[in-house]
Amino acid sequence: MATSKTLGESLRQHGVSRRGFLKFCAATASMMALPPSMAPAIAQALEKARRPSVIWLSFQECTGCTESLTRSFSPTVENLIFDVISLDYHHTLQAAAGDAAEHAREQAMNTNAGEYLVVVDGSLPGPNANPGYSTIAGISNYDMLMDTIDGAAAVVAVGTCAAFGGLPKADPNPTGAVSVQDLVKDKPVINVSGCPPVPMVITGVLAQFLTFGTLPELDEYGRPRAFFGQSIHDRCYRRPFYDKGKFAESFDDEGAKAGWCLYRLGCKGPMTYNACATMKWNGGASWPVEAGYPCLGCSEPDFWDAGGFYKALSVPTGSPGDVLLTAGAVGAAVGVGAGLMSRNQGKQAVKHHDKVTADQLEEKL
Amino acid sequence: MAELAGIPIHIEQPEAEPQQFGNALPILNEIRHALARFAERAEPTRIDLAAIPFGPGDEARLMALLGRGEVEATIDALGPTRVWETRFPGVWVLDYANVEGERIALQIEIDEVPQMLRTQRADITDSLAALDAALASATAADPAAESRH
Ligand code: SF4
Ligand code: SF4
Repeated sequence: MATSKTLGESLRQHGVSRRGFLKFCAATASMMALPPSMAPAIAQALEKARRPSVIWLSFQECTGCTESLTRSFSPTVENLIFDVISLDYHHTLQAAAGDAAEHAREQAMNTNAGEYLVVVDGSLPGPNANPGYSTIAGISNYDMLMDTIDGAAAVVAVGTCAAFGGLPKADPNPTGAVSVQDLVKDKPVINVSGCPPVPMVITGVLAQFLTFGTLPELDEYGRPRAFFGQSIHDRCYRRPFYDKGKFAESFDDEGAKAGWCLYRLGCKGPMTYNACATMKWNGGASWPVEAGYPCLGCSEPDFWDAGGFYKALSVPTGSPGDVLLTAGAVGAAVGVGAGLMSRNQGKQAVKHHDKVTADQLEEKL
Repeated sequence: MAELAGIPIHIEQPEAEPQQFGNALPILNEIRHALARFAERAEPTRIDLAAIPFGPGDEARLMALLGRGEVEATIDALGPTRVWETRFPGVWVLDYANVEGERIALQIEIDEVPQMLRTQRADITDSLAALDAALASATAADPAAESRH
């Protein structure tokens, strides 16, 4: 339950010194993509912040988003934030099960009516779809979402599935999956997209709510601008090569070894808005493009159907929507038969240990 | 079974110079401007290197350019924070790590002493109370204390 203890008190009880708190604030500012000069203001606000109650609903998802969050480096910033928020309901992380778990959710809703945050990962079968595709404790995802958001202050859709439908909604969408924003119209919805999202972005959004009690400024897809305001391409360290027209043509040619731009290998960086290029992954160790792999565009709507991971974008830059629409149409034309064929061919390749080039992969997909 | 060291591994030597993506010099310029601001009006600056799109090698190059100065310190709070003055006095590097030693932030601070190293006011008040308490209990336990008062 949300307690009346402030975050400052709670941290000191965890044995965090004032210097430790300053460090926490410096890392939080960095995490919220705020200038370091904001750290004192954050410290002041956090001293007084109260623990908000969070109800986390997992629908049609792979638990990758929760994995991303809990595998983030520990045990400082993110973990501390999780210590100081009151995570009152989370299927995967809570000990309670069955009736007791559902009871915890109802109790959190009653005690904190109008103030709690609902975090959703996963898409859900829409109101016209068969609710049997995904239920929890016999309650359809749709009913549970609508019931839970009733007294919520805001809803955070974590991951591309919750934000845009993601994999379950990919063509042919057998479960009639829809996103949270398709259903929630009378509460603020914040989309923290990514497959999975960068862990620091998830906690950065929660930290902002915790620190300032406000919701972040959003882009046209409902994503916080602080993290999704710039494209991967605009922050990519390989950009100088793109500008000079130096492209890797395969995953092991001289260009790939020299770290040239991955555009021709299907990099979706130019139409993808996410924080990977600066925040990176695994505690800042690296990120896909740094590892030599093109960006898949995982934080964009319908990226699964955007025409193939290894296919170069036909339009280098421009509005993300346009590119996705054309690319999506091409993807939809490839039928189920082709999908089956590719799977068989893939098995054959494994058997014979054939080398597969990006182009061949593309054909097969 | 073969020893791990027995497995032949061929390491391709990088070309003479480490690969560079040209993101170190602009930061060095930014640091120069911040240092000038500090020299003119004692205005400190902090630069968050997490917000910079560094490629592999960029950070190492920046750190090599900044070098090491006379002062080095470690703060043990929520894991170690290593602080050092670069060979340009007034330009500090703060490398924040968690208790598992993983970096959680990397900042450049332009100031006489980085904020983190200063003792905070509230800590001094607490410290005074703690010292008084220590003195009181030490005095109570010391039979010779009375005569020394
Ligand atoms: S196309 Fe991809 S690899 Fe090339 S500069 Fe843009 S984001 Fe980087
Ligand atoms: S690099 Fe692209 S595909 Fe990979 S995680 Fe980041 S946004 Fe998603």
